[in-house]
Amino acid sequence: MATVKDFRNNVRPNWCPGCGDFSVQAAIQKALAEVGKEPEECAVISGIGCSGRISGYINSYGFHTIHGRALPVAQGVKLANRDLTVIAAGGDGDGFGIGLNHFMHAARRNMDITYIVMDNQIYGLTKGQTSPTSAHGFKNPKSTPEGNIENSLVPAQVALSAGASFVAQSFSSDIKQLTEIVKAAINHKGFSLVVVYSPCVTFNKLNTYDWYKENLTDLATIENYDATNRIQAMATVMEHKGLVKGIIYQNENVPAYQDLIPGNQEETVTKQDLLISEEEFIKTMREYA
Amino acid sequence: MLDQLSWKVGGQQGEGIDSTGTILATSLNRHGYFIYGYRHFSSRIKGGHTNYKLRISTKQRFANADYLDILIAFDQETIDFNAHELRENGVLIADSKFNPVAPEGKKIRFFSVPLTQIAEDNGSAIMKNMVSVGATAAVLGLSTETFRTFLVDRFGKKGEQVVNNNMNALNAGAQYVSDQGIDLTDLQLAPGDGQERLYLTGNDACGMGSLMAGCRLMPAYPITPASDIMEYLIKKLPKVGGHVIQTEDEIAAATMSIGAAFGGARVCTSTSGPGLSLMMEAIGLSGITETPIVIFDTQRGGPSTGMPTKHEQSDFYAALWGTHGEIQKLVLAPATVEECFYMTVDAFNLADKYQVPTIIMTDLALSMSDQTVPKFDYSKVSIDRGRLATEEELAATPAGELFKRYQFAEDGISPRVFPGQKGGIHHVTGVEHNEVGRPIEDKDIRTKMMDKRLNKFDGVNLPNSYSFNGDEDYDLLLVGVGSTGGIIDEAMERLQAEGQKIGHLHIKILSPFPTEAVQSYVSRAKNILVIENNATGQLKNIMQFNGVKGDFKSQVKYDGNPYIPSEIYNYIKEMN
Repeated sequence: MATVKDFRNNVRPNWCPGCGDFSVQAAIQKALAEVGKEPEECAVISGIGCSGRISGYINSYGFHTIHGRALPVAQGVKLANRDLTVIAAGGDGDGFGIGLNHFMHAARRNMDITYIVMDNQIYGLTKGQTSPTSAHGFKNPKSTPEGNIENSLVPAQVALSAGASFVAQSFSSDIKQLTEIVKAAINHKGFSLVVVYSPCVTFNKLNTYDWYKENLTDLATIENYDATNRIQAMATVMEHKGLVKGIIYQNENVPAYQDLIPGNQEETVTKQDLLISEEEFIKTMREYA
Repeated sequence: MLDQLSWKVGGQQGEGIDSTGTILATSLNRHGYFIYGYRHFSSRIKGGHTNYKLRISTKQRFANADYLDILIAFDQETIDFNAHELRENGVLIADSKFNPVAPEGKKIRFFSVPLTQIAEDNGSAIMKNMVSVGATAAVLGLSTETFRTFLVDRFGKKGEQVVNNNMNALNAGAQYVSDQGIDLTDLQLAPGDGQERLYLTGNDACGMGSLMAGCRLMPAYPITPASDIMEYLIKKLPKVGGHVIQTEDEIAAATMSIGAAFGGARVCTSTSGPGLSLMMEAIGLSGITETPIVIFDTQRGGPSTGMPTKHEQSDFYAALWGTHGEIQKLVLAPATVEECFYMTVDAFNLADKYQVPTIIMTDLALSMSDQTVPKFDYSKVSIDRGRLATEEELAATPAGELFKRYQFAEDGISPRVFPGQKGGIHHVTGVEHNEVGRPIEDKDIRTKMMDKRLNKFDGVNLPNSYSFNGDEDYDLLLVGVGSTGGIIDEAMERLQAEGQKIGHLHIKILSPFPTEAVQSYVSRAKNILVIENNATGQLKNIMQFNGVKGDFKSQVKYDGNPYIPSEIYNYIKEMN
């Protein structure tokens, strides 16, 4: 059985020292080992941005796609081979800016994949522009020197309204909780979203490690919080302006997309015999005779 | 006796126009006639003028005729819009219900037939399609029994009574026309050869080709005129363990296709111009990651939304040169429905062989028109997944190292491996990369990787990249692409009958372009005319871009309609 070491490779990430993404990488590696996966059974599909480089830092099949399109690529991989554990990953600009459309549709489609978003509330790789999750009023010398006049997007709220069957958030400093949440997400049979607050130590001087420590509410501290209750989940997220951590919502009673495919294939697409028999060929032609 | 004629039925969209044409076409196809069916429709759900035109012939034709012999009108608009196409002494059959007014100043044989009334008398107004087909049978001197097997196939499940009602409506329509006592002997149709053939559209043939080629996944977004391909596979793929997923947009359709191909599936998507534009970035990803996907582009009128229900051939530049940066692509352009089938099968094999994005370009006339074609040949269908990593290669991957998915190979083709395979772990990225797929900025590796990808077609001459027919000792060479093939042939035959020496070169593969072969045909001609359905002479320019030298003349048409043979014939007459 594979251990966490088997999911490591010798590539040194090009993230800045202190970047929150290091912990996310470690949590994914640990989670994959702990849920009993082998490296070749996994595919990490990432978008573009600092965090998008993560597909190259985990020893598994990896696909570093184009900006905003990690989710459709990941869903394609899962459609081709349902036996794979598919993890899509990227940042807030990638997933909630350019890729928001795909995010909402992936949530409602409920394919059995895990989507990990490293949210630092800023564009890092382009050196510090305001992102869709940057707060209203966020001052940023690059793109909003007078303060952000747009409202920020609350990803968990979007995911809940789009019908995601698993919505969770964590903080890159809390690697223990993060690992447990990633494991739960991988084990969830359906689309699972894990938003990880992962500070950008270089460009975001507002949303720092300390700021998150101060502002994040752990759902475990909320009395009688019921993660199977979507209305309570939505209300709690709204009350805290999205700044919560823990499993926000999980519905284990909805079938995943793969299980609803008409003619639900017994054998995954990549293992099928592709050649149609001559008898079937003739039958198919006859429809046009 | 006539060996070919042209027939049209018109009315409001949703009024049974399509079924009327289909009953006539399918039945005559079964009796060994060659049918070419062209649908005129608007971008509306219900209402709006629509018509279905059939060319009925004893030899294969791929074009609308210059004029109409018979017009069936369900409303006055049909007469007003289409009567000018009727030839001198042609036949107009109109439903008495709307008190039809015959076109002025034209000598035609006019029948006001109570189509709706007869249908109602036999059970239901919707059977006016049957009454119309019956009336047509009487004009052509065909027995109404010609249609019985089709009716049994179509309505047999609903019981004998339904079949009989339809048969009665058909007979009553025929009887009504015969009773008018107007001489129709010049319209007697020569018998068909009784051969069994298929009657289907280019879209259906592309769908069937995909199914037979082993395509098992299709992420796609609906768009006219491409949706039929998707709808075909929605019906078929579940039966073979495959699946069509309707995506949120064409960006998702193309990128999901790439994911599925990386995952190991044979995959296609279909679209038209606007969708092709949205797919451009993904096409670049497919190119740099050498992940083969097949894209159908059924061209319609552009630019932008353009003319969604009209015919054009104006996406060639986009298909060939679209996406930023430089990649290789396969771009195929079948000319007939039969070629749509075989070239689709080829496209999947070629895509896997060369590991490049592959675009199959049809146009509205080809994708939505029905053609009578010979039955497809099972022995010509094969599946070749190309260069896949062997067990030995996978076992030889040193522990802790990645598989060389992008191994430098002399022919530029590296071994593919799919997730799930032990020893095959590697990385794929749209960033420039090394042999194992790790991002690099090293100038030497960059140059070598670019060369590897761009030189794949060096020295490659793909079979069936073009076709030639006509006189070997031609003075005039006609060059076309896509659905214009059959139309050019008809114009050519007329000019040949007048003693002109003409050849017809049809381009079937635009990338890699068969420059050498095309040059050899061009060099032998005194005059060269490139005929196409766009405004700027794209095919002509593509030939020149690829280094073909010659004094090209250009005939273009971009009003939304395909050519009719006389337009090409007249253009050449004026050139001379």
